[in-house]
Formats: sequence, C-alpha cells, structure tokens
Amino acid sequence: MLTDSDLQAIWLTTRLAAVTTLILLLVGTPIAWRLARSRSWWKGPLGAVVALPLVLPPSVLGFYLLLAMGPRGPVGQLTASLGLGTLPFTFWGLVVASSFYSLPFMVQPLQNAFESIGERPLEVAATLRASPLDTFFSVVLPLAKPGFITAGVLTFAHTVGEFGVVLMIGGNIPGVTRVASVQIYDHVEAMEYADAHRLAAVMLAFSFAVLLAMYVRRPKPAKGD
Amino acid sequence: MKHLSVLLLSLLAFATARADEVQVAVAANFTGPMQVISVLFEHDTGHKANLAFGSTGKLYAQITNGAPFEVLLAADEETPAKLVKEGHAVAGTPFTYAIGKLVLWSADPKLVDARGDVLKKGGFKHLALANPKTAPYGAAGMQVMTKLGVAESIKPLIVQGENISQTHQFISTGAAELGFIAYSQVIKNGIIGSGSGWLVPGNLYDPIRQDAVILTKGKDKPAAVALQNYLKGEKALAVIKSFGYELR
Repeated sequence: MLTDSDLQAIWLTTRLAAVTTLILLLVGTPIAWRLARSRSWWKGPLGAVVALPLVLPPSVLGFYLLLAMGPRGPVGQLTASLGLGTLPFTFWGLVVASSFYSLPFMVQPLQNAFESIGERPLEVAATLRASPLDTFFSVVLPLAKPGFITAGVLTFAHTVGEFGVVLMIGGNIPGVTRVASVQIYDHVEAMEYADAHRLAAVMLAFSFAVLLAMYVRRPKPAKGD
Repeated sequence: MKHLSVLLLSLLAFATARADEVQVAVAANFTGPMQVISVLFEHDTGHKANLAFGSTGKLYAQITNGAPFEVLLAADEETPAKLVKEGHAVAGTPFTYAIGKLVLWSADPKLVDARGDVLKKGGFKHLALANPKTAPYGAAGMQVMTKLGVAESIKPLIVQGENISQTHQFISTGAAELGFIAYSQVIKNGIIGSGSGWLVPGNLYDPIRQDAVILTKGKDKPAAVALQNYLKGEKALAVIKSFGYELR
C-alpha cells in the first residue's frame, strides 16, 4: 500500500518527533518551572519568547535558522569549529529547528501543571526537610504527570505536523530530511495524487488518534477546590 | 447609508478601472526579467500584469485545479502543450518566449572553475538542485551530471530546492556550496555577477525551451492577448536577452 519511500518518510518523521520530544523534555522542564515559580520582571519577556513560534510564520523561523546555521552564520561557525559541519540539510539541523518550533507546546502545558500545584505541597515538603531536588522528583513530578503527558504528546504531534521550517532548511533529502509532510507536498507537486492520498490519510488518522486519546483520557475537573 | 453607497460606487469604479488586469503565472527562473517586462508592459499598454511565481509543476497543479491565472510562462514546452490538450489552455497560443541556460554556480568566488571540473574533483558537501520531478532546470542539472558520469557519486550530496528560486537561496546563503540554477538568476551586465560559475555547454542538456500560453480563463481577454504579443515585441526581447536567455 505505502511505498518504500513513504515508509522511509514516516520512520524519519517518527524519529525526528521522538528525539525532539526528548530534548524538549530536558530543556522545557526547567524553563516551565522558572516561568511557573518566578515573580521576577523577566517572566513576561521569557514567556513571550517561548510563545513566539506559535505566531511566527514558519518562513521567518526557517529563514533565520538557515542564515544562523549556514557556514557564514554564528551557529554554523560554531558547529564547524567543533568539527560537526553545518546543520542545514541534516537530521540534527531539523532537530534543532523542531526544538524551537515546538518549544511552546512543551513549555506551556508544563507551566500550567506546575502552577496548579501551588505553593502548599512545596512548603510541606520543605518542612519535612526535603531537598529541592528531592521535592521536584517525589512531589512535583507525580503531581504534574498529566501535564507531562499532555506536553509530550502535543510536542510529538506538533513536530510530526511540521512543514514550512523543514522545507526551508531541509533540502528534501530522502531518509535524512524528507519527512512525511514534505513527501506529501512532493507527491502533490508531481501530480501523484494517489500517492499523496495514501500518505495524507495516514497522517490524518495519526493526528486524530493522538488528539482523541488525549481528550478521552483528560480527567474531569475536580469539584470544589 | 450615503457613505456606504459612495464607498460602493468608488469600489465599483476602481474595479472597472482595473478591469484590464491580467493574472500571470511565471516559472521561478523568469522572475527577474518578468518583473522588468511587467513594468514596461504597464507603461506601454496601460494593462497591468499581476505576477505569481513558482515551479512549473506547482503552477500546473494550481491551474488544473482552478487557479485564476490567465497566462502561463512555463519553464518548459511540455506543460503548456499538456494544458492545451487537457482543455486548460487555448490551442494555438503556445510559443517559445525564451530558451533557458543552465549554470553551475557557487557564492564562493574560487569554487567553480570555467570548465566545471569541480563536479569530478569534489570538495563540496552539498550540491543544490531544483526538484527534477517538477522543475525543468533541476531535470537539466541531473542530465548534465549523468552525461559527465558523476551522477552516482554526487547523488548523496544533492539537496533539493522546492523551486529554482529556493535553490538559488540555498547557494547564495552558503548553506549549499554550489548548485545548478538558471543563468538568468546570476547574470549581471552580461556576465556572472558574483561568486563563481560555469555556464554549462548546450550539448550536455536538452534545450530548455520555455513556452508561454494563454489559459482558458484568459481566453478573449484583451490584456492576456496584449501580454502575449508584448512578449514577442522588441522591448521584451531585449530584456529577455539581457538576462542571458537565448531567443528562438
């Protein structure tokens, strides 16, 4: 049914989304924590920066990333001097781009989850002489688990749905940067509508299933409190 | 209420004044010359040409799915012929407005030599090419590499631009060291304006005959016919030539 190149694109997309989600779990958690706990003046600006990819056209992000990561850009010169080469047209280039692109989808649900925990459990933990790290792992993590699940699922799904940024820095290389959304675009451009339909149906089914799973298992709001 | 009717009237007047507009779909490689020609066209005829740029393959898909274009300037001769056959374009109107030339270009002034030996020598990580499935210049680039016997060794290094403009952007930003694009994109005062390039000899690829055609939606529209004629006129031909195209 699906061609080999379709399967290759799906597998690549899955890998990209998984790696991006893992990286954003590590990067997004401390950011969300600071945003949830801080009362400092920079909370507003930081929150705005995190939310930027929600409103920026992917072409803006793609354009800046292409220039920054190219051989004449600051990031490109850094990666080249580290012996890593330049990032455009590579899998890791897409990972970096996706991490920016999906950042708000990780941070915002986590921030909400952290905020809804409130000060009380942390204060109790502190009176029991739990260290901050201990508090985080034995109090915050379990309480914020639904937030982590939502954030992870949304980040994964949003990365799967990425298109514009990949188009601008990917270079459409089979197995490296030709993700499913680009493959569909290619099929449509080449008038291979039957192929486009098959892959598009897979994407539609996947996206719906993910969102359905999330909405079905979302707990009902507790009464009172 | 009075204000509203005045507004509506002026909108109407605006619409009639702009009635002799023509919607033109233009292959990306012809962006530069067409921007110049459209200004001359408006100045000389009073008609206004609204331009949309893209790869020929995408423009074809848009036209066959009802895009409001009235004239197509394609990057090949097959697409206009196909559109006529399928009833999306007016029979008898396709004509070759330019013959495109392919160039192997790099933003680095030293990378590409005058004979294109760099393709055999290597020393680059990425070679940019417009998608050969949809862009004639991309297909021509593939043809050149096949004829030179380097297609297999270079294949892993190929990065594809969505159209010839994006391909140029990949190279000019340095993200890809070199690539095949249209001569018209880098020509300045009759020579390659910056970086380094190899004007690929015509015997290494099939001539890129670029045909223009009046689409069904532009049938009987004076502005569409006027543009078609204008492209054959002296002024337009001079512009086309100055961008490095050959004329029929």
